[in-house]
Amino acid sequence: MVRLRINGEEREVEVDPTTPLLWVLRDHLQLTGTKYGCGRGLCGTCTVHLGGNPARACILPVSAAAGQDIRTIEGLEGAAGEAVKDAWREHAVPQCGFCQAGQVMSAAALLEGNDAPSQQDIDDAMSGNLCRCATYDRIRGAISDAAAKLRGEGE
Amino acid sequence: MTKSTTIERRSFLRMLAGGGLALAFGTQAGSAALLSCQDVREAEAFVPELWVTLLPSGEVKIVAHRSEMGTGIATSLPMVVADEMEADWARVTIEQAPGDARYGDQNTDGSRSVRQFYEIMRQVGAAMRQMLEQAAANRWGVPVSECKAQLHEVVHTSGKKLGYGELATEAGQLEKPAESELVFKKPSERRYQGKGVPIRDMEGILDGTAQYGADVRIDGMKYAVIARPPVLGATPTSFDRAAAEAIPGVEQVLEMDAHAPAQAPGFNPLGGVAVIASSTWAAMQGREALAVKWDLGPNAAAGTESQMEMLRASSRENGEIARKRGNAVKAIADAPDDKVIRAEYEAPYLAHASMEPPCAVAHVTEEGCHCWAPTQNPQAAQGTVAQVLNLPPNQVRVDVTLLGGGFGRKSKPDYVAEAAVLSKKIGAPVQVFWSREDDIRHDYYHSVSAMQLEAALGEDNFPTAWRARSSFPAIGTSFNPAADRGSGFELDLGFKDVPWDLPHIQVESGKSSGVVRVGWLRSVCNIFHAFAAHSFADELAQAAGMDSLEFLRKLIGPPRKIDLAKDDAQYSNYGEPIDKHPIDTGRMLAVLNRAAEMSGWGRRQLAPNRGVGIAVHRSFLAYVANVVEVEVAPNGRLSIERVDIACDAGTVLHEERVRGQMSGGVLFGLSAALHGNITVRDGAVVQSNFHDYPLLRMSEAPKEINVEILPSDAPPSGVGEAGTPPAAPALANAIYAASGHRLRRLPISGQNLAHG
Repeated sequence: MVRLRINGEEREVEVDPTTPLLWVLRDHLQLTGTKYGCGRGLCGTCTVHLGGNPARACILPVSAAAGQDIRTIEGLEGAAGEAVKDAWREHAVPQCGFCQAGQVMSAAALLEGNDAPSQQDIDDAMSGNLCRCATYDRIRGAISDAAAKLRGEGE
Repeated sequence: MTKSTTIERRSFLRMLAGGGLALAFGTQAGSAALLSCQDVREAEAFVPELWVTLLPSGEVKIVAHRSEMGTGIATSLPMVVADEMEADWARVTIEQAPGDARYGDQNTDGSRSVRQFYEIMRQVGAAMRQMLEQAAANRWGVPVSECKAQLHEVVHTSGKKLGYGELATEAGQLEKPAESELVFKKPSERRYQGKGVPIRDMEGILDGTAQYGADVRIDGMKYAVIARPPVLGATPTSFDRAAAEAIPGVEQVLEMDAHAPAQAPGFNPLGGVAVIASSTWAAMQGREALAVKWDLGPNAAAGTESQMEMLRASSRENGEIARKRGNAVKAIADAPDDKVIRAEYEAPYLAHASMEPPCAVAHVTEEGCHCWAPTQNPQAAQGTVAQVLNLPPNQVRVDVTLLGGGFGRKSKPDYVAEAAVLSKKIGAPVQVFWSREDDIRHDYYHSVSAMQLEAALGEDNFPTAWRARSSFPAIGTSFNPAADRGSGFELDLGFKDVPWDLPHIQVESGKSSGVVRVGWLRSVCNIFHAFAAHSFADELAQAAGMDSLEFLRKLIGPPRKIDLAKDDAQYSNYGEPIDKHPIDTGRMLAVLNRAAEMSGWGRRQLAPNRGVGIAVHRSFLAYVANVVEVEVAPNGRLSIERVDIACDAGTVLHEERVRGQMSGGVLFGLSAALHGNITVRDGAVVQSNFHDYPLLRMSEAPKEINVEILPSDAPPSGVGEAGTPPAAPALANAIYAASGHRLRRLPISGQNLAHG
């Protein structure tokens, strides 16, 4: 039995503690917003927040997530998260959209800690997230705009 | 719903469908009139002959019958209907159609959705609008000429109004106007077309509720993974069933019936050993424990190294002639040695690697088989499932989820058939999960190729003759063991149709054979053909001592329409009539000049170690030019600084989505050119995941991307693929300009670019 705090709710799951968090979310808790892309921490598609930091759920044993605040795309809230989602709408970022939960989670985590990221900061924070549709240019623009909004500029 | 109303409605629908149009209104009075597409499907056992439903509440439901994988098509086509019928987009919902031949073609492939269905969507919308206007005129007892539809209501010249919902029942009893009676809105009256609307799935993508194939969860569903044959045609000789069953959560281990032959596997499941479990993770652990041993079969010695040797040799021999103008062979033979330029190009196998690997859910019951899949081609899935289960197709329903990328992979339904086979065996619904390793190792690969290009130069060093030979395993090898060279259709993709204004042109196709499943991938053979043709054109520019842009303008020649029939070439023109979609060098020059202008070509001083490259290509009836600017450091480190993209795609429905397709298509091409490389050793694919099959990351993406869509009222062309072909040659030409390295082999990564 593993106890988890996901999106502010306490959840208990009966799983092998070495099971990656991704599969607990998707198969046991029906939180399918977090996607599988590679299973090896290479593509960022499964990015969630663990204690506010971005984490790759596909290689994170569920036991290592116990006791920490886990946040998934379904429960993303707060100023940075909302600013990112608004900017994503504004820039019409998604194409197929499959990687975008991971992109949004990575972007929100970046802006939580840095509301004035440089282009280099953005590239550094986001280069672990693959997008096969290659929406990178709009992601860059959306993050810059979301940051400006968080700083109270660019309204 | 009573029987008589059902029959009534059926005949009504049939009447509407008879003229190639299919639409419906709510036809019943009162509260029972809530008719939705879904109701009709259920009531009439999958009779989805409906594009539009108008409910008495005023809600409009429009069917998206093509698959959504990022192009925006499930928004754009319904948007055309809504626009033409003067519907308020806020009151429109979009319903995804299951696979059903009555929608016409649903294979979302070949960049065809808009060009094949734009007119039909306009007709549906116009018919709806005119019937609503007529219904209002009848109600008021006034001539219809005094009634005008305006944003979800019909307005009379006197100022009185009726909402669409209030007119639904009466409009539904009218006859559909004949095609000749349809009157379309003027472009200036359009509300949505051109400008676009937010995509259907935006909110679901942002809150995690958008449902992809991988997200389908139904009651009692099991999870399956399959240990597939590492080599095409291999069969399992032994595996450790007990070890797999000992994994907690593993429920069954099943041998797949071998469906796919070692040659021409078609869409059949590949076979192997399946593990059924209560979760994906348990199934994967179970598969690890299986330790399958294989009889590798007849393909065990196949490899890309020997295959490349064979293709290179073939590209140096006389091939089957696909186009002949003048006499290029003689012109080259007669030219002195220093007036002949010859170069060999090659490109590797590529994997699609959509972010969502293939996956499918199937549930076989006594009534038939219900599938949910991220498929580009639900009708092919329906047909293949029917075949492997030995069911009539009307007992197979394929619901189309969102696709986490497709790029051509998901129009092959092998993975849907796997789920169907397994569900039948276990008597429960099952999801077949493909890991990234499964995806990279069991793709229908974009074909490997070797090409030889030759030119004879005139006195002024401008070319007089072009001879191009291409050898690659045909897509046909996946379906027909006798396919032994690239087909005419594949030569049409960017090789036969070079628009050069030269007296002598010859294009040939060489002998080949395949070692893995080959399939279509975003822009198909255009990828390697454009790489070779436009890189070689740049080599010829150097030989002529001309600026690349000036040279291209001269090579393309004056604005004109090219008739390939005059060159003894059969040309399929992406399935469209050549008079409707000619090869128009005027449009080609316009995008070339615009991209050059955007980039500041010839006007801008470049920083040290920088270079620009240019290429222009027509594919899928669209014209796209790229200027790529790179920096190649003296130590060989490459960065892509900027890309300028100009595109003429004819009439554009949703400009924002088209811009996205252009920039995404170009970056897809850059990704392949930089990194894409699938190799085969001992019959098996060597690569497995993103560490050895890398994709372009943000850190490598061009720092600046500019896209311009040239205004055009030509018929719509394809946009999903047309951005990809010119990317690789523009990049390679830029690298040459920056470093002096002429790259004739892809991928670029791993090649030494050091200079200076």
